[in-house]
Amino acid sequence: MLEIKGLKVKLEEEDKQILKGVDLKVEAGKVHAIMGPNGSGKSTLSYVLSGKDGYEVTGGEASLEGEDLLEMEPEERAAAGMFLAFQYPVEIPGVGNMTFLRTAVNAQRKARGEEEMSAAEFLKEVRAKAKSLKIDADMLKRPVNVGFSGGEKKRNEILQMALLEPKMCILDETDSGLDVDAMKLVSEGVNALRDAGRGFLVITHYQRLLDHIKPDVVHIMADGRIVKTGGPELALEVEQNGYADILAEVA
Amino acid sequence: MAVAQRKQEATEARLSAMAVPEGGAWITEARGAALARLREMGLPERRDEYWRFTRPDTLNQHEAPVADTLDTQEAPLFDGFERIKVVFVDGVFDADLSDDLSGEGLSIERLAEAAQSDIHWARDVYGMLEAAGQDPVQRPFAAMNSAFATDGVVIRVTGKVERPVSLIYKHASDVSDAILHHVIRVEEGAELTLLENGPAAARFNKLMEIDVADTGAFHHVRAQGRDHERRAVTHMFARLGTESVFKSFTTTVNGVLTRNECVIELTGDDAIAHVAGAALGDGDFHHDDTVFITHDAVNCESRQVFKKVLRNGATGVFQGKILVKPGAQKTDGYQISQSLLLDDDSQFLAKPELEIYADDVACSHGSTSGAIDEDALFYLRARGIPKDIATDLLTLSFLAEAVEEIEREDLRDEIIGRLEGWLERRRG
Ligand SMILES: Nc1ncnc2c1ncn2[C@@H]1O[C@H](COP(=O)(O)OP(=O)(O)OP(=O)(O)O)[C@@H](O)[C@H]1O
Ligand SMILES: [Mg+2]
Repeated sequence: MLEIKGLKVKLEEEDKQILKGVDLKVEAGKVHAIMGPNGSGKSTLSYVLSGKDGYEVTGGEASLEGEDLLEMEPEERAAAGMFLAFQYPVEIPGVGNMTFLRTAVNAQRKARGEEEMSAAEFLKEVRAKAKSLKIDADMLKRPVNVGFSGGEKKRNEILQMALLEPKMCILDETDSGLDVDAMKLVSEGVNALRDAGRGFLVITHYQRLLDHIKPDVVHIMADGRIVKTGGPELALEVEQNGYADILAEVA
Repeated sequence: MAVAQRKQEATEARLSAMAVPEGGAWITEARGAALARLREMGLPERRDEYWRFTRPDTLNQHEAPVADTLDTQEAPLFDGFERIKVVFVDGVFDADLSDDLSGEGLSIERLAEAAQSDIHWARDVYGMLEAAGQDPVQRPFAAMNSAFATDGVVIRVTGKVERPVSLIYKHASDVSDAILHHVIRVEEGAELTLLENGPAAARFNKLMEIDVADTGAFHHVRAQGRDHERRAVTHMFARLGTESVFKSFTTTVNGVLTRNECVIELTGDDAIAHVAGAALGDGDFHHDDTVFITHDAVNCESRQVFKKVLRNGATGVFQGKILVKPGAQKTDGYQISQSLLLDDDSQFLAKPELEIYADDVACSHGSTSGAIDEDALFYLRARGIPKDIATDLLTLSFLAEAVEEIEREDLRDEIIGRLEGWLERRRG
């Protein structure tokens, strides 16, 4: 599904190398988790994969189902099946959430040569999916993320994911800011999407999310590299001992 | 005084080619007074303080520069709305295209007719609000309008009128040079919604005097026609009584030159005045909003919300002032002017001013000029929305604060639909 080889990335504006050769492969049907200290480059990796400006790829490659991601515009990546649930979802005053969601779904359908959804069809779909995430009608009417609480923003990300049905889902700290119940809701939303044709990359600092969304593989990222890969037990180890031991071991 | 003399000569030269129309006693007096005002102040020049950002030369020249009419396939604005249509073609009233000009709680007359009578209620308003609005900032094209306007409507509102009066300005001749003057008097407790749309003429000088009595309400939604080469200089002069409401919104798309002046005097306590504008400029576009709001009563509220989206070398100008006179305590004044510059060639020139002579007031103003929010753009694109559509969504969202000033939801939706349609066609 997602294949990253030796990916090196620096900031465009300054001479700062952030990713120093990332190797990672997420197979269809699998959930991979990435943990790692603050500032190790996890969000940067997710941004570079989804096409954000401001980064320069200085080496390596990244592909989604064999297609070179790095050559594509952000919207093309999205249409190809890439989805990033943002660590910090952006507020967009003046654009209604509903308008935004429908524009996104139809733009992707159009790009893939599929029929656009009618307003009525779409409304039905949104209502059903919003309900299971406990997103009320008012949140759908309001401008995108404006005045949403931290947890509401995260649920709105998962709603978008559920509507867009991407192939490759990257979740960047979707658990941060969620209360216990919301964490369960969001996890259920993610688990409902798990299937043989879809890959997940879950970035998190805490084992708690991984109790709900059970990963197949856990990676530790440090200083711009994946320094250790293991099974779910690796996350438990981090939870108990922090990163010191692991970092010492690979140093 | 070389400058004054040159100005005077230029003014006389221009006036020599114009004729004050014939009319009854009251209007002849008003026109004469306006002509004297114009002679006194002279036509504007680049060096005049309020013409630094907008070149007046094409407005000053004897003949209107040629402006092609734009052929669009889209349905006319406000189509399907219950309204009383009053149609002008190149600045001349067209009875055949217009509706029957009668409605409950409302009298509508052509200026040309009202001008024939020797006495008319409009004498207390015509040229009067304009004259009062000449101080402290001179507005020569307004005086020119009062002196030379041949057509327009004179509206008196005595009830709460549901059906909007809809002034439609068609543009047919590519050299038309039109001057229209409207007078509106909203009596106590009465209410009117006025709509205006259309490109009007190659060159259009339009003035509207709005006298809102105590507890009266005036709502105004205007869409300036999209002919690329048209020029317009418009004025609104409003006088607001106690607890009256004045809300005006204008959207402008295209037009090589537009200068919209709005002069409001809050003379009664607890009055409310909101003026808003949303402009979309592309290429050869110059749009100027010049606003002057005077608070001369207690506990009044005024709001100015002006937004402009500029690209491909378009220019936006905002000159907005709030003047709070001595004793106008508890004034609540708000002013914001913002531009969204979609490229480096476009520019926004702003001159926000506050002048306050009362101590217990809350006034704020802000002016910003910025590019598109890259984080928002990326967020939309990451969801699969192509860059051009995402940019248009953000453009509309930028204009939203101004458009939201339109109180009636159906009118607001109509304007949003227009802006969306225009952006969509532009994307092709
Ligand atoms: N646009 C930028 N300008 C300056 N520094 C940046 C920029 N983007 C990333 N960095 C730096 O790159 C490093 C990696 O940042 P990144 O956000 O990817 O870390 P992270 O692993 O997601 O951290 P966290 O766990 O705190 O979310 C940090 O040192 C950060 O300050
Ligand atoms: Mg991060």
